[in-house]
Amino acid sequence: MQFFTQLFINGLSLGFLYALSALGFVMIFKSSSVLNLAHGELLATGAFLFLTLSAWAKIPIVLAFVLTLIGTFALGFVVERLFLRPLIGENLIEVIMMTLGIGIMLRGLLLFIFGGDIHAYPEFLPESLSIKWQGVQIPAVNVAAFIIGIIFLIIFGLFFKYSSQGIYMRSVADNQPAALSLGVHVRRIFALSWAIAFLVAGMSGIVLGIINGINVLELSAIGLKVFPVVILGGLDSIGGAILGGLIIGLLETFTAGYISTSLSEVVPYIALVLILMVKPYGLFGLAEIERV
Amino acid sequence: MRKLQFHPCGNYKETYEQELTIFQTDFGRLWMIVGVGILFAVIPFISSQYTLYVINLMGIYAISSAGLNILTGYTGIISLGHGAFFGVGAYAGAILSTRLGFPFWISVPAAAFLTAGVGIIFGLPSARLKHLYLLIATLAGQFIIEYVLVQWEGLTGGANGIIVTGATLFGIDLGNDRTFYFVIFLCLVFFLWVGVNLMRTRYGRAFIAIRDNDRAAEGMGIPLFRYKLLSFAISSFYAGFAGALFAYYVMSMTPEPFNLWLSIEFVAMIIIGGLGNMPGSIFGTVFIVALNEILSHLTEFFMNIGATGVALTLAPLKEFVFGLAIVLFLIYEPKGIAEVWRIVRSSFRLWPFSY
Repeated sequence: MQFFTQLFINGLSLGFLYALSALGFVMIFKSSSVLNLAHGELLATGAFLFLTLSAWAKIPIVLAFVLTLIGTFALGFVVERLFLRPLIGENLIEVIMMTLGIGIMLRGLLLFIFGGDIHAYPEFLPESLSIKWQGVQIPAVNVAAFIIGIIFLIIFGLFFKYSSQGIYMRSVADNQPAALSLGVHVRRIFALSWAIAFLVAGMSGIVLGIINGINVLELSAIGLKVFPVVILGGLDSIGGAILGGLIIGLLETFTAGYISTSLSEVVPYIALVLILMVKPYGLFGLAEIERV
Repeated sequence: MRKLQFHPCGNYKETYEQELTIFQTDFGRLWMIVGVGILFAVIPFISSQYTLYVINLMGIYAISSAGLNILTGYTGIISLGHGAFFGVGAYAGAILSTRLGFPFWISVPAAAFLTAGVGIIFGLPSARLKHLYLLIATLAGQFIIEYVLVQWEGLTGGANGIIVTGATLFGIDLGNDRTFYFVIFLCLVFFLWVGVNLMRTRYGRAFIAIRDNDRAAEGMGIPLFRYKLLSFAISSFYAGFAGALFAYYVMSMTPEPFNLWLSIEFVAMIIIGGLGNMPGSIFGTVFIVALNEILSHLTEFFMNIGATGVALTLAPLKEFVFGLAIVLFLIYEPKGIAEVWRIVRSSFRLWPFSY
């Protein structure tokens, strides 16, 4: 039972990481229906920006955090303007390949600047955040990550539901020509949605970096783990991403614990194929209804 | 003798046969014959050992990317698992030859058929899915196949891999680059011929109809699922054939080369070469393989002149340049090198009135 509880806790914290990294991915899909294959690299960009500001430029932590968010937001605008705007109206495969190309470029740049080593942030979280309860210990970073995640979840949930920009974004994702004809400024919405996605990805990257250490290759690998998570939850559902992350995390740790470690690497993808066969739009995804 | 055909000064086609001709003029046919002549009579005899090795790799990859072009460029199904199918073909070829002692000329087609079967299995999700969801399914296929290749140690030798004994065909030893060159490029020419002509049959037209508008295609009586599976099967047949050739050519097999990166490279090849364009897949393959070789040569060059620091920083830059090439092509010439080639040709043809 002790073993089971430990696995359960580990699975939940791993799953929370997945959920957090899936957030930015869902943001982009929800606001522009683009499948972002550069997501892992976006996570890494945020993490490294924060590392540069906090550890090397010695800017106070809170200020560095805010600056990182502003920086990733601006970077999102730049990337959208340079690379994605020329592709508005092009085929799906070209946009997907574009995100792939951006990802490869970013990874090359980050490896070029920071190398392939694992970096770590200086300790800055107060120890009082950690939770001890009946012999189960949750470290401070996970608690902080949980709090940040919940805050972002609430903010963006409200943003998509009530703010005018959020509603524009959903309309653009749903039907671009219809949104255009109703007077939505599609290009501006696109730029904004990429900027927000970069911001969310940067935020998740920082949290991942605090927990796992910062490594370009590892963070970009997490970008691929996002797929089972978002498919399980539904590509455009933020709540689904959280739940999907937790389920996939649990699945992975339990497979590693009871069956074999090597299988745990691939079991999310097996689950992914099965989900796709049975329930393609996930638990909470919006089913696409096709009319002829 | 019939009259030579030149470029008409307008569109005078009267029948569908004229619309479907591959060579619009007799010059096109002539140039192709000259090209094939150079390919077989000149290149293998003037190239150095190393150049020949690179050209051989280009040939093998070109077969596989032509297959991906059938799936992605003509049927409109994006696959991120093509590298894994290539790997399945390579392992099937290697296992058939070492374990079962199949001769070269049986094991390569057999491996291709096996891979086609695997392709059908991973194409099954296409019954319900399309676009993004299907793409993600093929990505999952990539990881699952990779896992099987590494973990099924009894069959694949795991991370240690398999050593393939050299190929012989009709008593000729194919161990050296030059003889293997002929095998590879005869196969390439054959597969391109099949590919180009397949697209002129009812199957090819059905694929194109599915790509352009799958609902309309279904409405016109094309059974979508069957044709999508067929497309998966053909494309992985190509990949498997190329993979088996690769196994015989490289001789030592490990699971590493068949990772997601290879799949990405295949997709990059057809994007840069030209989607839905058979010769385009060759252009793209040549471009990508050459780019890879040039970049790794630069690294080596700096390593040799003692600038190890520069060389080490160049390795990530290789990745950067690769990404940049994809991005620039997508922005400036989304139809790929094949389109550039067409523009260059037509500006010659229309000279001095090119526009």
